[in-house]
Formats: sequence, structure tokens, C-alpha cells
Amino acid sequence: MSAHANLERRRQAIYGWLLLSPAAILLTVFAFYPTIATLWSSMFSRGTRRNPTEFIGAENYADLFADPTFWLVVRNNLFYAGITIPVSIGIALAMALWANSKISARGFVRTAYFTPTVLPMIAAANLWLFFYTPGLGVLDQIGSLFGLPSVNWLGQPETALWAIIIVTIWKEAGFFMIFYLAALQTIPEDLKEAADIEGTSRWTYTRRIVLPLLMPTTLFIAVNAMINSVKLIDHLFILTKGGPSDASKLILYYIWEMAFAFFDAPHAAAMTMLVIAVLGLVAAVQFLYLDKRTHYQ
Amino acid sequence: MKSLTKFMDSFGAILLAIIWIAPLLFAFWAATHSTSDAVNLNLFSPWTLDNFRVAWNGAPWLMYFVNTFTLVTVILAGQFILTTLAGFAFAQLQFPGKDYVFILVLMQLFILPEVLIVENYAMVSRLGLFDTILGVGMPYMASAFGIFLMRQAFKGVPIELHEAARIEGCSWFGILWRVYVPLAKPTYLAYALVSVSTHWNNFLWPLIVTNSPETRPLTVGLSIFGAPENGVDISVISAATMMSVAPLLIGFLVFQRQFVQSFLRVGIK
Repeated sequence: MSAHANLERRRQAIYGWLLLSPAAILLTVFAFYPTIATLWSSMFSRGTRRNPTEFIGAENYADLFADPTFWLVVRNNLFYAGITIPVSIGIALAMALWANSKISARGFVRTAYFTPTVLPMIAAANLWLFFYTPGLGVLDQIGSLFGLPSVNWLGQPETALWAIIIVTIWKEAGFFMIFYLAALQTIPEDLKEAADIEGTSRWTYTRRIVLPLLMPTTLFIAVNAMINSVKLIDHLFILTKGGPSDASKLILYYIWEMAFAFFDAPHAAAMTMLVIAVLGLVAAVQFLYLDKRTHYQ
Repeated sequence: MKSLTKFMDSFGAILLAIIWIAPLLFAFWAATHSTSDAVNLNLFSPWTLDNFRVAWNGAPWLMYFVNTFTLVTVILAGQFILTTLAGFAFAQLQFPGKDYVFILVLMQLFILPEVLIVENYAMVSRLGLFDTILGVGMPYMASAFGIFLMRQAFKGVPIELHEAARIEGCSWFGILWRVYVPLAKPTYLAYALVSVSTHWNNFLWPLIVTNSPETRPLTVGLSIFGAPENGVDISVISAATMMSVAPLLIGFLVFQRQFVQSFLRVGIK
């Protein structure tokens, strides 16, 4: 019997590794190895014909920290995250509360909110280009009705990043809404009835009952929004290309530019490592700290 | 009082809905009118399909469509096979080292493929897959997220079914194929919708890896077509944009319920 169990265990081990191997190989080739290779190449100098690459330790990182453009891009990205995360969460919550209440045209409302989610970022950027273009754009046309001067929304440093932020919020709020919508539908009806009997105002009911119950969903959405604030950069390629004078440049775009426009892979690698470190920190905080502090039903 | 708040709610909700859908409606309107009418917002100007004709002749769209279609199919097929096998191993088999490997897989969840573009580009070139559709798709096939999803789905399958199939003499592969896969159908459907719409819309990685019309997907084609250097006017860009989002958009409007359910099922694990 024990020999049989042993054989069975060995067979399971072989099957297990066989089944895992295709995924394990691809994950190694396209995730683990590249991560290590990035770390490795971030510590080498950029080779030229005369000077071959050599090990320089943390010098690429020191270069980045001394580079004012790098800090500008970091500031831009923090600002981008700082606005898009809370605003899209707020709008998503409002959308979900409305889409869940008994209003007229509810089907149309839900569809309208969610539709931007299925569009490519590039298409979204093209749609918004039509709004932002100076002189011809819809915003200028509306402004001129009220006698406002033409504004080059994408062409001036003060407004370019805002224009990018608005497109991002437009794209992701409807996506976040559906998670709130699902969570709202799990809140028992009797809570609302009890609140009504007690004569609680709608505002108090929302603030004291609905919002605490939505906390886990909010956390989930916040982490997603944070990841989006690193990776949603496609519209930069259409709308501003990071300009004018780097005012709307974000980190991932800068990495792309560094590697594929300036052909400076080592500095791009150093920046990539910094992004991975930040993302890792977010993941660690999420697992270790926040999960315990949110209220689960 | 009560009807007033209800009215205000409806009003706010519909106003926001109109604002949200406006960019799409404007683009549709611009695409179906001449440029000067679109730019001057002549609301009563005649409709036209000329912009679509100009846009269609301006780039090899049919090829782009075929490329995107091939790309999402290749990725989905790869994901289904790899995540099914790995998910099953994690959910139902006991073997040494399993927990460590699972933690490694979870780590990939926060290393976004988008961030590793530089080294992945080097890897794809080394493998001779630069400027191929397979090269665009391959980094996404072993999705840690998909593996996690499949593992959860397979864990929910009652062990009695597994035992019964084994007593009947079914092989491991037979059990996987005849018991687990059919029972996980809703998860597959949800995963498929999310995967297809993600990769239909993906841009940065295909931009880096493709270099010719024969491999370029729609998003990259659209960005080149609309680049300001090409001096294409706004109505034609709108027409091209509407064209390239049409299949997914129509699919979404028809199967709206399934789309929303899928995003939910895949999002909340």
C-alpha cells in the first residue's frame, strides 16, 4: 500500500511539473529573466563604438537623480496619480449610486458610463483631439460662443497635463463603476428600510452605512487606479508626446523615449527598476497592511 | 420633496451620461459630415460617407483588421492552454515546490509587462520574433492573472466528480478535459472577453515590436494614420477612429450584459 502511495505521489509530482512547465518557461523568459536583466543592465554604461560597456555600479541611478527632467517627470506622474485616482474613484461612486437607483433611462445611463472602457486609448485620444484642437476644437467653439479667446489646451505647459488627466478619468471611471455597482447590489435591503424607519437622511445613510460597506471595493479600485497611473500613457503619443517642454511627460513614456528614441537602454533600465520597486512597495503595503484594516462583511 | 430629489437624481445622472458619451457622438458626427461642416458645427449640414472612403483608402485597414484579429486569437489560444494546465496543477495536484512557484507566479502580477518593454524587446529580437504577430503575443500568454483565475475556478469543482472520473478509469488529462474544463466555462468566457478587449486595444508593446503593415495591429495603424505629420483632417481621423473601434463597440452594445459580468467576474476574485 505504501509503495502504491509513493508511486502515486511521484506521478503527481511529474504531472504537476509537466503541466506547469509551459507557463513556467514563458514566465521566466518574459517576466523573471527580463527583471533580472534590467537590474543587471542598469548597472552598466551605455556602450559606444569607442567605449565598450563597462560596470559602473549605481552611476546610472545617480545620473537620473541629478537629471532635472527625471524629477519633472516624477512630479508629473505624482500629480497625474494624485488627481486621476481620487477623481475617478469619486466619479465612479457617483455613477454607481445613480446607476443603481430607480431613475429614468437607467439602461442608457449605464451604457454611456461604461462605453469608454471598451475603446482603445489611442481611439480615445483621437476623439479628444477633436475637443482640444485650438481654433477648430469643440471646446474653443463653445468658448467662442461666450466670447472666450481660443486656448491651445495641448500646446501650453499649464494645461497639457490636465488635458491628459481628463482623458484618463473619462476612460477609467466607467470601468471602476461596475465594481461599485456589484458591491452596492450586495448591500441588504433591510438596512435601507431600517434607516428609513429611523428617519435617517439619505446623506447620512450613504455616509454611515453605504460608504463603510464599500471600503473593500474602494481599496481594490484604488490599487487598480494606482497601477493605471503608471501604465495608461498611450494617449500621450497622440495628444502631446510629453510636451510642451516635458510638461505632460509621464514615467513610462520617458522610459520608452529613453530606450527607443534616444537609444539609452541603461538609463531606461535604471528607471524601470525604480518603477518596479515602487510597484512592489504598493503590492507589499496592500498585502500586509491595508487588507487587515478594511472592514469586510 | 421626494419627487424633487428623484428628478434631480435623474437629471444629474443623465447629464453626466450625456457628457460621458459626447466625445464619441461628436466623433461620429464629424465622421459623417464634411470637414468644414464638422469644424463649424453646422448642425443641419448634409450627411456623407466620403470621410470613410478617404480613410479606408489611406491605409491598409483590412490588413490591420486581420492582424489584430490574428493577434487576439493567438494570445487567447495560448492563454487558454497555458493557464488551464498551470491552473489545474496548482489547484488539484500535490507536488513539492508548488507553493514557492505559486508565490513566484503571483509576483508577476505586479511586474507589468508594459514596464519591461526594454528587456522584452531584446528577448523577442533574440528569439527572432521581432516584427511577427507571435512576438507581439507571446509575453502575454503565460498570464499570472489567468493562472490565478483558473486555479480559483478549478478549486471550486467538487472533488467527488474528480474521484468518480478516476474510478471510471479516466486519465489525468481526461479528467481535466472532461470534468474541469466544461465546469469552468463561465470563467473561460469571462476571461476571453476581457483578454480580447485588452489586446484589441493594446498599443505600446505592439508599437515597439512591429515594424511593417503585415504585422501592425489596428491601434498602431490608427496612430500612424492620425499622426499630425500626415496632415489628415479631423473628419477623416474621426472616420478612421470609428472604423477601428466599430467591431468591439458593436460587440459590446449587443452583449453588454456579458461584458459587464465578465469584467466583474475577472476583476473581483
